[in-house]
Amino acid sequence: MKKTLDRRTLLLGSAAAAGASALPLRAAFSQGAPLKLGLMTIKTGSLAEGGIQMEQGLTAFLKDRNDTLAGRKVELIVADTGGSPAGAKNKVQELVERDGVDVITGPLAAFELLAITDYIAQHKVPTLSLAAAEDMTQRKPNPYFLRASATSAQAMQPLADFAAKDLKLKRVICIAEDFAFGYEQMGGFQRVFEDNGGKVLKKLWAPLGTADLTPYIAQIADCDAVIQGFAGSAPVKFIKQYADAGMKYPVLGGETAADDALMKSFSDEAIGMITAVPYTADLANDANKHFLAAMAKEYNAIAGQYAALLWLNGQIIEAALAKTGGKSDDKDAFIAALRAVTLADSLRGPVKFDHFGNVIGNIYVRRMEKKDGKLVNTTIKTYHDVSQFWTYDEKTFLSQPVYSRDYPPIKS
Amino acid sequence: MNLYLLLGVNSVALGGLLFLLSSGFSLIFGLMRIPNLTHGSLFMLGAYFGSSIFIWGKLDFWLAALLAALLVALIGGAIERFLLRRLAGNELAQVLVTLGISFMVADLCLMEWTGDPISVPTPEALRGVVRFLGIAFPIYRLAVIVIAVVVAVALWLLLERTRLGAMIRAGVDDPDMARVVGIRVSRLFTLVFCLGAGLAGFGGMIAGPILSVYPGLDGEMLPLALVVVILGGTGSLMGSLLGSFVVAFLYNYGQALLPELAYFVLFLPMVLMLVLRPRGFFGRQAL
Repeated sequence: MKKTLDRRTLLLGSAAAAGASALPLRAAFSQGAPLKLGLMTIKTGSLAEGGIQMEQGLTAFLKDRNDTLAGRKVELIVADTGGSPAGAKNKVQELVERDGVDVITGPLAAFELLAITDYIAQHKVPTLSLAAAEDMTQRKPNPYFLRASATSAQAMQPLADFAAKDLKLKRVICIAEDFAFGYEQMGGFQRVFEDNGGKVLKKLWAPLGTADLTPYIAQIADCDAVIQGFAGSAPVKFIKQYADAGMKYPVLGGETAADDALMKSFSDEAIGMITAVPYTADLANDANKHFLAAMAKEYNAIAGQYAALLWLNGQIIEAALAKTGGKSDDKDAFIAALRAVTLADSLRGPVKFDHFGNVIGNIYVRRMEKKDGKLVNTTIKTYHDVSQFWTYDEKTFLSQPVYSRDYPPIKS
Repeated sequence: MNLYLLLGVNSVALGGLLFLLSSGFSLIFGLMRIPNLTHGSLFMLGAYFGSSIFIWGKLDFWLAALLAALLVALIGGAIERFLLRRLAGNELAQVLVTLGISFMVADLCLMEWTGDPISVPTPEALRGVVRFLGIAFPIYRLAVIVIAVVVAVALWLLLERTRLGAMIRAGVDDPDMARVVGIRVSRLFTLVFCLGAGLAGFGGMIAGPILSVYPGLDGEMLPLALVVVILGGTGSLMGSLLGSFVVAFLYNYGQALLPELAYFVLFLPMVLMLVLRPRGFFGRQAL
């Protein structure tokens, strides 16, 4: 159910709310009013692929629950940020001040989230985002923020562990896009890999939206494997150009490197790629089967992590509402309830949150294979209950700088 | 050493692609005096059309590329005939229209082909690499170089050896005088627009196996075409040829050797050219 409020209903609504708050009927009223759920997504431009899947995941979830979470009706209001910080700023104001949303899911990109973090803290709007910016749940935490996906490095740290211990790799080259998500992924990989005796020889940064990656690929030589951190549609392009350049080193990647929704776009060159992810379509539990069936029915699509994690966000909101008796008007109580949610068996396995509001959950290491003529990711190892701090002590971890372009530095 | 060689071959292949993209851009710019900001979109449309025909229509790769070029040429012709012509003389409005169309095309492509990238398979015969001096050269990229040369020669013959070419050159040099001597310049506009659009569409499909096709491809290619034309000069085939290779080399070596300054290396020559020699290497008139 989608609806945009006009001014008149807003006035009526706020008049009613003002009247209601004067009465002891307040609790009853707020239970009667639908929960307004805002979704900040991206439906235009080059990030639209993930954004559209986010909307599909959440819409399918609400449909599955008949638009009712813990006994309370839910009204979904979708806002398209256009994938820019300025767009995100505008839309969050519209959602909060015009539509009066109770909780926000999204936005997708870190730069969007960073543009609105102060605003959501000021207005105390619980926000469940997929954006991976590390410091949102580390050095600059926001008390109204919740992340059920992963920080940039959360899946890369176990990947590095796997690379060093299981694959026995010693010397690797990292390549990613030249922005914070790339730096943070590779920073996390490098720290854990080098703590386990490996060595990162080079970190190559390609500007976001580079059409031809060959100049970067050409600098790859004399290593055991390549770690790629591309996002959006770039992994498809990278693998193709990598194979074209005659490169044979094994390729490892993060959560965006071989998303299940991208599988139909890859060609056989990608077979063998190993990726570490917070959500995998091949997780064989009931929650995931139910989700995949719902998505296949609604959209005839193989769902990837953007859809899955939005579905999960919906489920977390549902669990929090169940605890507050359907109430969301006390923002502090509501965010506390959201952060206290634990799911024993979600579509990504068990889920709980640390005191920064970041998820502690499984990370799946997968290998891309061809089965029945189709490319699929097959889980080969599961790391259980992975924290954003990996196995490091939280205080020590936070006393170090956030992962960046030059941190940790390359050791010569 | 190998790095430089590989970059060299890659530069030449990228230069070939850029030539397919920018030769039409340059002709349109030279003749109509406007940068056609839909050119990146036409490139992307060609890639989408071509890959759809190739992958789902199961037609031959080259046939798909030609059909895509034809379709895009028709679209380009329609844009010129029905939109730009109504704004004849108002160049700012024409540029803005082309900009508007590029956004609309991007949205329509997103609707039709969704945001999922399409990975275009390399034609069977051109897969794999040839090894030379210890490095692998992708065969397809070598083929792109050949295609660009063939197209360049064909365009040169068209412009220099045919009556139509002579009329186009006359239109580029002095449209008013061309009208006076009886050349129907407005018809030339449509024709050149079709030709330029078709080349861009063809280039898009040829680029498919290298770049793949995805939303945002338009915006990545357009600035490159602009730099090519500013360096080479508008309305000049030699200019776009030279410009394409200069840009491709700057792009490849710049990104590999000075990655922090990759865009600086690419756009600084454009700025210098505009300031010091506004008509470019071979342009007939200043911008």
